[in-house]
Amino acid sequence: MRRLTKYLRPYRLQCILGPAAKLIEAVFELIVPLVMARIIDVGIAAGDRGYVVRMSLVLVLLGFTGLCCALFCQYSAARASQGFGTTLRRELYHHINTLSHAEIDRIGSSSMVNRIVNDVNQLQTAVAMLIRLVIRAPFLVIGATVMAVGIDLKLSLIFLAAAPIIAFILYFIMSRCVPYYRTIQKKLDRISLVTSENLQGVRVIRAFSRQEAECRRFDAANEDHREVSMRVGRVNALLNPLTFVVVNLAIVAIIWAGGLRVQSGALTQGQIVALVNYMNQILLALVVVANLVVIFTRAAASAARVNEVLELAPSVTDRAGAAPAAGAAGTPRVEFDGVDFAYSSGENALSGVSFTAAPGETVGVIGGTGSGKSTLVSLIPRFYDVKSGSVRVNGVDVRDWPSAALRAQVGVVPQQAVLFSGTLRDNLKWGAPQADDAALWAALETAQAADFVKKLPGGLDASILQGGQNLSGGQRQRLTIARALAGRPDILILDDSASALDFATDAALRRALRRDVRGATVFLVSQRVNTVRGADKIVVLDDGAVAGVGTHEELFRSCEAYREICLSQLTGEEAERA
Amino acid sequence: MKKRTDGQGAKTMRRILSLLAPQRAHLAAAVLAALANVGLSLATPVLIGRAIDHILGPGAVDFDGMLPVLAALVGAVLASALFGWLMTLCTNTVTYRAVRDLRRALFGKISTLPLAAIDGAARGDFMSRMTNDVDQVSNGLLQGFSQLFTGVVTILGTLIFMFSLDPFIALVVVVLTPLSLFVASFIAGRIHAMFTRQAEVQGRLTGFAAEMVASQKVVKAFGYEQRAEARFDEINKELYHYGVRAQFYSALTNPCTRFVNGVVYAAVGLTGALSVISGRLSVGGLSGFLSYANQYTKPFNEISGVVAEFQAALASAARVFRVLDEASEPPEDAQAKVIRDCRGMVELEHVDFSYRPDAPLIQDLNVRAAPGQHIALVGPTGCGKTTIINLLMRFYDVDSGLVRVDGSDVRGLTRDSLRGCYGMVLQDTWLFSGTVRENIAYGRPDAPEEEIVAAAKAAHAHSFIKRLPQGYDTPVAENGGNLSQGQRQLLCIARIMLTDPPMLILDEATSSIDTRTEVKIQRAFDEMMAGRTSFVVAHRLSTIRRADCILVMKAGRIVEKGTHEELLSQNGFYAQLYNSQFAPSEE
Repeated sequence: MRRLTKYLRPYRLQCILGPAAKLIEAVFELIVPLVMARIIDVGIAAGDRGYVVRMSLVLVLLGFTGLCCALFCQYSAARASQGFGTTLRRELYHHINTLSHAEIDRIGSSSMVNRIVNDVNQLQTAVAMLIRLVIRAPFLVIGATVMAVGIDLKLSLIFLAAAPIIAFILYFIMSRCVPYYRTIQKKLDRISLVTSENLQGVRVIRAFSRQEAECRRFDAANEDHREVSMRVGRVNALLNPLTFVVVNLAIVAIIWAGGLRVQSGALTQGQIVALVNYMNQILLALVVVANLVVIFTRAAASAARVNEVLELAPSVTDRAGAAPAAGAAGTPRVEFDGVDFAYSSGENALSGVSFTAAPGETVGVIGGTGSGKSTLVSLIPRFYDVKSGSVRVNGVDVRDWPSAALRAQVGVVPQQAVLFSGTLRDNLKWGAPQADDAALWAALETAQAADFVKKLPGGLDASILQGGQNLSGGQRQRLTIARALAGRPDILILDDSASALDFATDAALRRALRRDVRGATVFLVSQRVNTVRGADKIVVLDDGAVAGVGTHEELFRSCEAYREICLSQLTGEEAERA
Repeated sequence: MKKRTDGQGAKTMRRILSLLAPQRAHLAAAVLAALANVGLSLATPVLIGRAIDHILGPGAVDFDGMLPVLAALVGAVLASALFGWLMTLCTNTVTYRAVRDLRRALFGKISTLPLAAIDGAARGDFMSRMTNDVDQVSNGLLQGFSQLFTGVVTILGTLIFMFSLDPFIALVVVVLTPLSLFVASFIAGRIHAMFTRQAEVQGRLTGFAAEMVASQKVVKAFGYEQRAEARFDEINKELYHYGVRAQFYSALTNPCTRFVNGVVYAAVGLTGALSVISGRLSVGGLSGFLSYANQYTKPFNEISGVVAEFQAALASAARVFRVLDEASEPPEDAQAKVIRDCRGMVELEHVDFSYRPDAPLIQDLNVRAAPGQHIALVGPTGCGKTTIINLLMRFYDVDSGLVRVDGSDVRGLTRDSLRGCYGMVLQDTWLFSGTVRENIAYGRPDAPEEEIVAAAKAAHAHSFIKRLPQGYDTPVAENGGNLSQGQRQLLCIARIMLTDPPMLILDEATSSIDTRTEVKIQRAFDEMMAGRTSFVVAHRLSTIRRADCILVMKAGRIVEKGTHEELLSQNGFYAQLYNSQFAPSEE
């Protein structure tokens, strides 16, 4: 919890003045019976109608001032709690943006989103309640206790005896509930996850007619959620009845012991009545406290989940003094030097990879499924850090680059053609916020996408649905290529980005790339020999290690793995012809 | 305008109530428990008063008389607590079951919505309805029950006591207190609008965050973090704007009603005091009255607080119901047949289809696949190949024309049995968050281990699975993040190998798999598909060349049709496509 209080700091004023205003209202509320007593004692006794009317107006005035105080407090609570939530959401999202994929995968993206929205909601409620009730309830409890002590010290010992019992009950219930609430949020994550998977995989699910099985999977998660909610509800349900019983038993004790004191002449009947009334007042305040306790236990569970995200340290961070490098003439644009890499768990995905790529060079990367092609190129924009060895861009280790500057140099076309909801123009401007329409059209032209974009209703303003669902696979791919080109990167990475393109388009794309991105170093990751064979240099990967580097002709002659790939794709004659 | 929202609120309310209907028994038990709880807790002050009556003064305390009263008090307190506990248990049961049913209905809707609705929906917003909005409904119901029940019963109880004391002043109270309810309902209208907006913006925020977090890699690749944060901030600020207002307006009700009640209290004091002066009421009567007036107004305060919470619940419920009200896929004909022993004859006749009425896509399409034929679909991207698959699988229905399988219109067949005839592998791989084994056995969850391994071997996935940290029991991360794209495709292929379907649809199914493996997989497919109809969308020559019939598509029409050799000799569009592959790329 303590970690999160710093987000409340800007609302210090509201956090102090709000409860203070509430306190004033509470005091006014206590004055009301006194004024009523004056009406009875003075007004009625003297038969003074004018006094009665005046005092009634005072009552209304007190009520009105109380109203103003209460409104001020509520407004403070609204400002502070929503402001706190807004800041926290922003911080959370900002922090998630600094994390690398490894960390996000560990928690899962649907859980991340739940933490940003649902868990922060719980915390927000807790802050609002804190401001509204935190002063009032304890004030009433302490005030009543003090009054009781003033009446009779010995009898007030009963008050003091009841206090630890109630404290124990509160503690007991809180400690029992916190783990349950954490489980509830986890079950909610599961509900989100199954829902999200079903929205995404709707075609496959229907193809296998597995809707009912999916419903059962969801039901299991849903039922789990209900069951834990019920269980925590059962514990919580004890809170009010238990405090009710404790307070009333204390009242019984006061009456009995009070009877003894009255018998001996130490107290009057009226004082007993007053003590009982104070006890009742405490009970009412405790009911409020109990509600607060429930809200806070829930919030504590959410706070832990939010903190878990905030405490995740990003594995890829900028070094102090990192500066972009221009690269002297003659330095290779990209250089892999004895690179070993492993994902957090498991064996090396890459071992001993070394090669260089000069400006303007096209590098083909080819190899079997799972041989590490995508891993290799994802080290260039430093999505992950190497285990040993180094990756250098313009002669400088990527770890010594500011990551923003590094990534601005690199245009990536990911394997999965991901587009975002918004207009087509918004999507293209991802890598080039300043680009004008002419530049965007040029990028589209190179990516072989200009023709179909012209036909779309709205052209650049055509709207894209989430995930680009309203476009065909090939259209999506070409747009992701255009998106990368629009940033005019020095290094362009096409990670198997032509898989959904037909031959004609693929060939035209490669020709256009040759023509339009002359100075850039282009990485072509592909399964197809045809895609890479025109490259200046081909890196052949086999199970994470480099099996050969060279041109098509060289490799075809000298590299067994490469020849095998070629022969599986081309007829002998075609391979020769190359 | 206001009228309309009121009407909708009432409608939403009725639907929430109908959601509670199955929990009638628990609901009734909750009401009874509330009655007992409040009745007994109203009795405690009376008993306390009687006990104190036995304490008269020094030497005049009647302990013998007090004992049974105190015993009764303890009994009443324990019983009241017990009933209070039972009431909460019952309302918990009712709420959590209702909420579960609501979530289940919402989820069930996914499986009946037409694909067009799902493709067009923002997933994050849907998820927000599933989690945040349903949570809000749950909170509203829980609070509503616990405070409404006790509140109403307390009001009725004290009313009876007051009328027995003095009907005239009681009448003043009765006439004036609804003022507070009027104030509450006036504010409630404003709150409802704010809560609706808040829930909408929250949905948008969730949608945005979900989209961005799920594609974090692209965000990073383009250094989009700051701009993403800027957009997030924008929505977040809007959420703050409505959040503060919703929170504040909803917090208005309680102080406002308390103020109104304070005025009522003053009015009672005034009329009461004047009545005493004119001799119509005793001072003791007045003090009793005032304390009842106080007790009477308290539940009104609580109820008005609930009104606010309930408005939030209503706004959220309306969002949930809006999804439930979306049109489902047309229900299956009662006479829909189950297709058995599918031979694999597929015909498309004069099919017209488009996703949007203003952009015609497929026009007058005719395809005939004889049993056992291998059909390849070829053409530039966006020409409608994937759309044909959508129609074959009946993910979408044709606008006009017919699709027939084994001679019967697919609209006369059950969807499940039709889809069961095809094994489908798409380029967009879909894995769910289970183990590798569960993902392979997706189409046949009861498949024995040997068959699962055999399918994985046929799909050439076995060797990489073996190398995973926990082999077949390795959990697949959300969105398959811990596997490469090609590995994911291999798993999807293994899935199909295991189901052994009578027909096959492959939409770029091997696009991310290296060609050596692909050739081997192709061989496995060939064995499996010998004599079975298959539709293949592919860009690789090797796959296409073997097809019995190549359908060359262009802009939603079939422009050429025939075998590889026939089409090449025609020297038309196909030949042009084919040759372009070998056009020297060095130029």
